[in-house]
Amino acid sequence: MKVCVGQVTLPGDEFDMSPLESNKKIVVGPGLAEFEGMIKIIKPGILRYREPATYWIDSHQKRYVANKGDLVVGIVTQKVGDIFRVDIGSSEQASLSYLSFEGATKRNRPDVKIGDIVYANVLVANKDMEAELVCIDSDGHSNGLGVIRSGGFLFQSSLHLVRKLLNPNCVLQKTLGKTFEFETAIGMNGRIWVRAQSDIQTITMANAILASEHMNNVQIETMCKKLCKVASKMD
Amino acid sequence: MRETPLSNCEREFILKCIAQHKRLDGRSAYDYRDIRIAFGVSLGCCHVELGKTRVLAQVSCEVGQPKQTRPHDGVLFVNVEMSPMACPSFEAGRQSEEGVELSRLMERCLKESRCMDLESLCIVAGEKAWHIRVDIHVLNHEGNILDCASIAAISALAHFRRPDVTVQGEEIRIHSMEDRTPVPLSIHHFPLLVSFTFFSQGKHMLVDPSEKEEKVMEGKMVIGMNKHREICTLQVTGQMLLLKEQVLRCSNIAVTKVTVITELIFQALENDKQARLKGEKHGFAELVSGEKITSNKQPVTDVPVSQAMEESEEDGSSSMDSDSEESESFTQHASEERKVEILAKGVGMIGDGGPSKWIDLTCDDDHAESKKSTKFKPELIELDGESSEEECQVVLDAS
Repeated sequence: MKVCVGQVTLPGDEFDMSPLESNKKIVVGPGLAEFEGMIKIIKPGILRYREPATYWIDSHQKRYVANKGDLVVGIVTQKVGDIFRVDIGSSEQASLSYLSFEGATKRNRPDVKIGDIVYANVLVANKDMEAELVCIDSDGHSNGLGVIRSGGFLFQSSLHLVRKLLNPNCVLQKTLGKTFEFETAIGMNGRIWVRAQSDIQTITMANAILASEHMNNVQIETMCKKLCKVASKMD
Repeated sequence: MRETPLSNCEREFILKCIAQHKRLDGRSAYDYRDIRIAFGVSLGCCHVELGKTRVLAQVSCEVGQPKQTRPHDGVLFVNVEMSPMACPSFEAGRQSEEGVELSRLMERCLKESRCMDLESLCIVAGEKAWHIRVDIHVLNHEGNILDCASIAAISALAHFRRPDVTVQGEEIRIHSMEDRTPVPLSIHHFPLLVSFTFFSQGKHMLVDPSEKEEKVMEGKMVIGMNKHREICTLQVTGQMLLLKEQVLRCSNIAVTKVTVITELIFQALENDKQARLKGEKHGFAELVSGEKITSNKQPVTDVPVSQAMEESEEDGSSSMDSDSEESESFTQHASEERKVEILAKGVGMIGDGGPSKWIDLTCDDDHAESKKSTKFKPELIELDGESSEEECQVVLDAS
């Protein structure tokens, strides 16, 4: 079956190229792959399009696949010589060099313990290679990346929800921000770290974020209003 | 595949919350998650959901030789399968330490409690007897597999019917299902396992731990009990010391939990029986709602503020999930505190709102009775654990 933008797709469906101009270049994103001159769908989901010519399949997924440039939240699981092994939720663990922290030198090692959570940038992500993370930008500044060690709570959500939260049109964080003061680190790997002023607020926020997965903006606003009313009574 | 590690941040936060008598999913310390019991079309097939934990139990039977040491008894065999589907850290084929402990406890719960009359399974003494096999499949692991598996196993055994047998002289005849009505197994009592987890040297205790709470816990106590308040199994694991009072307190809590759950199983069995008699739809097909694309939808997530919520003008629930009909009907129920209401046959809801009396043993029976109400949806039984536990104490008196 040929599918167009916005339709629900299944693996094996064929991407309809007929409306495109014959020599126009398109970018084939996740969920689409080329087979014998045709573009086939390899994931169940919805076909999306973005200007100028990017197509991808938007689907519900929990397993993260490392992608260059993504900001992820990882858990340090091991120290091996000069590198830390970090679980980022993908099939293999990623590596993080001790030198890729702000201000770290051979003599001045960063203070990272096993079980710590790090907010990091994916530097290398190849098909057959271990992913590599860094906690600095190209100028050597941390820019908010690094070890998160100030309380708060970490929880796992679907990748779809994370993309939704990071969408500038999503009102969830703005609405919650009207009542709660909070700090958050949202990783593209589905891990979200939140810290609000009290533990109750942190739990409330975590629940609010997880509940918003299948809501639209209006519903999110109503939910947040109710929640804030309840939470303010608790404190 | 390796398990997702638990970060220090999660560990500290969970322990801190427990110390403040709070749980991440909004339950109070002695609350169970929602229990749903459903039976398959075939007899002896039971699917139990405890929150998001899912277990499927299937009972089957065959004729074989009885054990030489017990020539007059049938054989009960319990098998627990933990597939990687339930949790990536489970390995296919090989049983982990956790798996061994689980199957051993299940065996102790079902076999050594002598809940089933094995003598009635004998056909010809020393030669032929029924072998009953219970296969327990863990479908999803979100904590507390043990309680869920014990509910599934005993419900499946109670649901199962074996073919009728007649013995005439030397001739043994096994009647087919059409020929003669199959006979149920004779079950004397329903032993159920209740797990208690302990934190900070046994100072704090939780019932029905979630997966993360299980990772943080210091020790665990499992009590197997039936509704006649007889303890069938008791096991303590982990490195901690328990006081006598704590064990007693746990067993008192187990009494109430077991009463409620047994009631729930009976109700589910009765519903299934009625549906079969009337020729209505039954089996798992009824369990799956036809929501199609929205089947990934999150269920109502309650913030741990059940008490404050009832005071708020919005009728007593966080109503996070505004679009589902089910949650709306749930909201209505929550406001009508402890009112017995029967909307239609099908779902029973127990423990909806109101002060909890878990520890108070004197009001066991009316507690279980009064907190019942029925909801629309065939063959689903739900135990709602969201009672606002006013009198509930989380801290055990360590002194």
